[in-house]
Amino acid sequence: MTKALWSPVETRQAHQENSGFATFADPDVPSYVDADGKPDFELIRDSDDFRLLRRRLVLFVFPMSALFLCSYMTFVLLSAYAYDFVSHRVFGVVNVGILLGLGQFVTTIIITLTYARYAKRKLDPQTKVIRGMAGLPD
Amino acid sequence: METGNPALNLSVFAVFVLITLYIVYRASSRNVTASDYYAAGSSFNGVQNGVALSGDFLSAASFLGISGGIAAHGYDGFLYSVGWVVAWLVGLLLIAERLRNTGRFTVGDVLAYRMKQRPVRAAAANATLVISFFYMIAQMAGAGGLIALLLNVESKVGQAALIAVVGAVMVFYVLVGGMKGTTWVQIIKAVLLLLCVTLMSVFLLGKFGFSVSSIMETGAEHNELGEAVLSPGAQYGKSFISKLDFVSLALSLVLGIASLPHVLMRFYTVPNAAEARRSVVWATWTMVTFYLCTLVIGFGAMALVGTDVIKAAPGGENSAAPLLAFHIGGAVLLGVVSAVAFATILAVVAGLTLAASASFAHDVYASVIKRGNADPRKEVRVARITAIVVGFLSIIGGIAANGQNVAFLVSLALALAASANLSTILYSLFWRRFNTTGTLWSIYGGLVSCLVLIIFSPVVSGGPKSLLPDVDFAWFPLGNPGLVSIPLSFLCGFLGTIFSKREAHTRKTAEMEVRAFTGVGSGL
Repeated sequence: MTKALWSPVETRQAHQENSGFATFADPDVPSYVDADGKPDFELIRDSDDFRLLRRRLVLFVFPMSALFLCSYMTFVLLSAYAYDFVSHRVFGVVNVGILLGLGQFVTTIIITLTYARYAKRKLDPQTKVIRGMAGLPD
Repeated sequence: METGNPALNLSVFAVFVLITLYIVYRASSRNVTASDYYAAGSSFNGVQNGVALSGDFLSAASFLGISGGIAAHGYDGFLYSVGWVVAWLVGLLLIAERLRNTGRFTVGDVLAYRMKQRPVRAAAANATLVISFFYMIAQMAGAGGLIALLLNVESKVGQAALIAVVGAVMVFYVLVGGMKGTTWVQIIKAVLLLLCVTLMSVFLLGKFGFSVSSIMETGAEHNELGEAVLSPGAQYGKSFISKLDFVSLALSLVLGIASLPHVLMRFYTVPNAAEARRSVVWATWTMVTFYLCTLVIGFGAMALVGTDVIKAAPGGENSAAPLLAFHIGGAVLLGVVSAVAFATILAVVAGLTLAASASFAHDVYASVIKRGNADPRKEVRVARITAIVVGFLSIIGGIAANGQNVAFLVSLALALAASANLSTILYSLFWRRFNTTGTLWSIYGGLVSCLVLIIFSPVVSGGPKSLLPDVDFAWFPLGNPGLVSIPLSFLCGFLGTIFSKREAHTRKTAEMEVRAFTGVGSGL
């Protein structure tokens, strides 16, 4: 990251005029690295690739968080206010409440695995694209 | 109640301390830079850090407190353990990766990233110190009760001396080992603890023909409440206020755990965001296993030891797991379980001391006092001195709080963490408009409202179980303030931002956003 692609004194414009690198001179492929070789964060943030990453992440983690909070609070509220329902026995002395509690363990595992998989498939590759734009190795 | 051979307990414990001290000493050989000291040079992998993370969670309160809670109150104790597992999702989905990408050593790094440095860092450090202090007192108070049980030290002076020894060993870990040594202690301890509880659970299940129902049924027969322990209400009661109090506690648990400063700091010990994610996934697995085992151990202790015996033992409810170990494995297993329980307290307190000292040295000394121009070596020296001061204060606090209700103190620390940290972290990671005023409002709004509500709650005054039973200035009915203070801190952060001038930090805002989501700019 600290490797400067241009020396700090040169402006990007001057560099483009002097050098023959097609990648940087080509107006269709905007560079996300500024004159000092540092990532241009505002340009990256407003790029479609970053928007896509942000949308994918936010649209996954917030609904999921709402989901597990609702499911957990349902368990808590039922335990507090629906005594007869949670005391209802299902098998042996195991009642609905204990099963709902164990169910929270199961939903936690499912959400954890789902997120790990989603992140690996949808988030990590997109992050890689943006890191590449900023001139970083993987 | 005979609890095995104190000499044996002590020697198993001593062996453990010696081994970990050796490892801490070995791990410390390259402990020179600030990054080494605070974040172990980010050299741990996801699996190692995942195990260490669960080690941070498996405090004395959760191991002794929850298995004891289940042994005494059945269903209500179990309710408590569910919160500790679900809480990981907050860390996994919302915090871990973004925090790793944005910060370096402390929570203040993230909160102050695009804000005015000095006020925000000071606020973050204040919150960290208050939260860590509450949590630490709880751990040290737990140490006193445990010592009473395991070493048959009944006198208050003897217990105080042992608390001081525990505190001194813990400070030594932090001073010599830094984050690396502390993490290794956590890993060793977490593995031993998991082995212990898994073996005990498998043994118990085997004894009851692998039927959970049969363990619970036998348990209920040996509890003075009978089958009522299998349903909610045994501990928290059935009045309107007590139910509301329980809901408040549940909310603090699920939102507070992933906001504890020493847990957040642990995400910096891995090299990148993907490893941070991996560590939470690993921690989730170990926690699910652990808390399933506490269910078995809790009801097993109820069934085999009996609730009346547990409650009569020195250390009360907290002694359920050690007593069960003695019942099924004799003095040797008791010695092992006690050593692990001691190690738990040592390791968690070491982590807390590190978080508190890092926050003071990195946020207050380097950024507020030296305005960001501190020599890193000097900063680490300040951190080490702070660790000694914090260690000393926690020994004093632990001796003073010896005998207090441990799980309750922890729940207050969680309410504080959720109120001061969670809202602020989420806003600064996901809301562009969020600004310095909003940050200060949400940190102080959450922290102060939480502290005020604790002071005017039945916990401090007005009831037979209060700290000050003879006076009554309690006007807030709930023992846990989370239900009010957590939403309030979100509201404060929102209003503070909306009603203050828009800040023109567009470059810094963009930088933080890109960095948080991708790691670009963080040097990772």
